[in-house]
Parts: sequence; structure tokens; C-alpha cells
Amino acid sequence: MPTWGIITAIGVLTYGLRLAFLTGRRAGLLPPVVEHTLRFVPVAVLSALIFPALLQPAGVLDLSPGNVRLVAGLLAALVAWRSRNALLTVAAGTALLWILQAVLR
Amino acid sequence: MAGFVKSSPARAEFIAGVRDELPIVAGVVPFGMIYGALAVAAGMPRAAAQAASAIVFAGSAQFLMAQLVAAGAPAAVIIASGVIVNLRHLLYSASLAPYLRPLRALWRWGLAYLLTDEAYAVGITRFRAQQARGAPMHHRQWYLLGAGLALWIAWQASTAVGVLFGARVPAGWGLDFALPLTFIALVVPAIRDRADVTAALIAGGVAVAAAGLPLRLGLLLGVLCGIGAALAVRWSAPRRAEDAA
Repeated sequence: MPTWGIITAIGVLTYGLRLAFLTGRRAGLLPPVVEHTLRFVPVAVLSALIFPALLQPAGVLDLSPGNVRLVAGLLAALVAWRSRNALLTVAAGTALLWILQAVLR
Repeated sequence: MAGFVKSSPARAEFIAGVRDELPIVAGVVPFGMIYGALAVAAGMPRAAAQAASAIVFAGSAQFLMAQLVAAGAPAAVIIASGVIVNLRHLLYSASLAPYLRPLRALWRWGLAYLLTDEAYAVGITRFRAQQARGAPMHHRQWYLLGAGLALWIAWQASTAVGVLFGARVPAGWGLDFALPLTFIALVVPAIRDRADVTAALIAGGVAVAAAGLPLRLGLLLGVLCGIGAALAVRWSAPRRAEDAA
């Protein structure tokens, strides 16, 4: 399937999710089980993307201090936790990556 | 639409929506540019990268799509992953439904398209506050339209900048690393209790352990395990969780 088909499919299905309770037919009430499940989705998905990107930058597990992406990512997590500022988080992580790459080169 | 011209309250609500969205827009613009650049670098045609911002109009799903396209994942896995990331929109839809039910169908179907994380955040805050103090809400749709359109325009424009200049960003800048950093910036503030921590650690750990699975299925397996573990934690201590909420 070409990229266009993927984009259209995700777009149409996403619109369906956004519209689901706004068609006027359904009450805006989700069963608690569903609501709890949905609340965990973003954290689970994002973590499942973050961990491999930091721990397996070259495809294999690398827990050494020489893994610059892991070190920079941990600093970014600290900045995100303290500042709650997305832009500052990305800037700090990128800056440390550049510094470490320059130092270790 | 005639109401907008005739009555200034509608216009005032629209402008209030735009105004309340602006601080969020300022934070979103850099990520629109990063998305545009990443999508082009991932090998997506420029027109498709741009169109995704209008058709999907959901940042994290678009970032994920670009990453999985670059990794050569099969279409079904990319679509499933994108839809799972966007499942949270069901919550927004359900949560806004009581406020939007009195509106005509055209408004409801139109506003559904603009229902992003960012528009929902300001919209639900406004509606709940108005309802709590018994304020009239005759022009509520204009507020949501203002907030949603402000974000829409900023997202399309910032994507275009990223798409135009993305190919010129040198590889040594580590542009691809902006992706996990963006996800870190999103996930860390969202972690509030032990169940959230469990979801993050299990989902991440399983995704790492299952990275060797074909079709990039480790991602989906990690997500399912993370959610399951978090639900187990939540249900094993339901009272404390409810009290904290």
C-alpha cells in the first residue's frame, strides 16, 4: 500500500474516533473499564517508542555510558519532569547529544 | 454562519478561542516543523507529508507514521499503530458530547475534525468553567472553532516549513533524535501515579525485549502488555486511585 493509502486510512479512522460520540445518537458515557484502558494508551505507546530508541540505538541493547542517546534521553526526561516544558526538553536533549558526539568523536 | 456577522457574541467567542489557543500554538509550531522535516527524511513524498497534517491532523500519530514508514513496516502495522495512538480521541469525543449535543449536525461533524489534544484542552476547560458558574453558552461552538482553526492553520504552516527545509538538514544534527525527545516531553508530564509508571516501564521494557519480532510487532506487544499491567495495578488498589483522581 502506498503512503497515500496509509495516510487516508489513519485519517478516516481518526476522524471516526473524534466523531464517535458527536453524531448525536450516543450518550457521552464510556464504561469505566474502557475509560481506564484508554487513559493508559498514550503513556504505553510513547514509552514503547522511547525505550527502544534510547536503549537500542543501533539495534542491539546498549546500556553503556558510551550510548550518547541514552544519556541525552535521561537528561531530557529529567528536564521534562522538572520544567514540564516540551520545547526546553527537546532543546536540552539535542544540545547534550551534540556535545557528547563532539566530545566522543 | 450568518450568526457570526449578525451577533458580536459569536465573534467574541471565536476570538476568545483563538486567544486561548495561542500559547499552545507557540509550543506546537516547532513540532510541526520537526514533523515535516522528519517525514521527508523518512522518505515520504513531500505532498503526502504535507497532506497528512490535514488528513490525519494528529501530531503523535504523524510522527509515529513517519518513523514506521522509514523503518519499512507493513502498511497494516502502521495503520494499526496510528489508530491505537489516536484512540484517546474517543475520550475527548465522549467528554465533549454533552456540551455539543444541542448543536446542529454540521457543527458537530465539523468540530469533530478539529478535535485535537490542544483544542480539547482549552475547550473542555472553558465549558466546564462556564457550566460551573451557570454562564450562558449560546455561542460555545464558535469558541471551539476559534481554538481548532488557530491550531489547524499553525500546524499546516509549520509542516510546510519543515517539508521545505527538511531535506537540507545535515544528518549530523541528529534530527531523528528529536522524535524520542518529543515523546519524552509528552510522556513525562502525563505520568501521575503508580499505574502510569507501570504502563511506561512495562510497555517500554517489553518493546525492548520484543524488538526482534518481525513486522515491528514489538511496539504493539509492548503497548498491550503496558496497558494490561497498568490496569492490574489500578484495579488492585482502586480506592486509592479514585481518591487521588
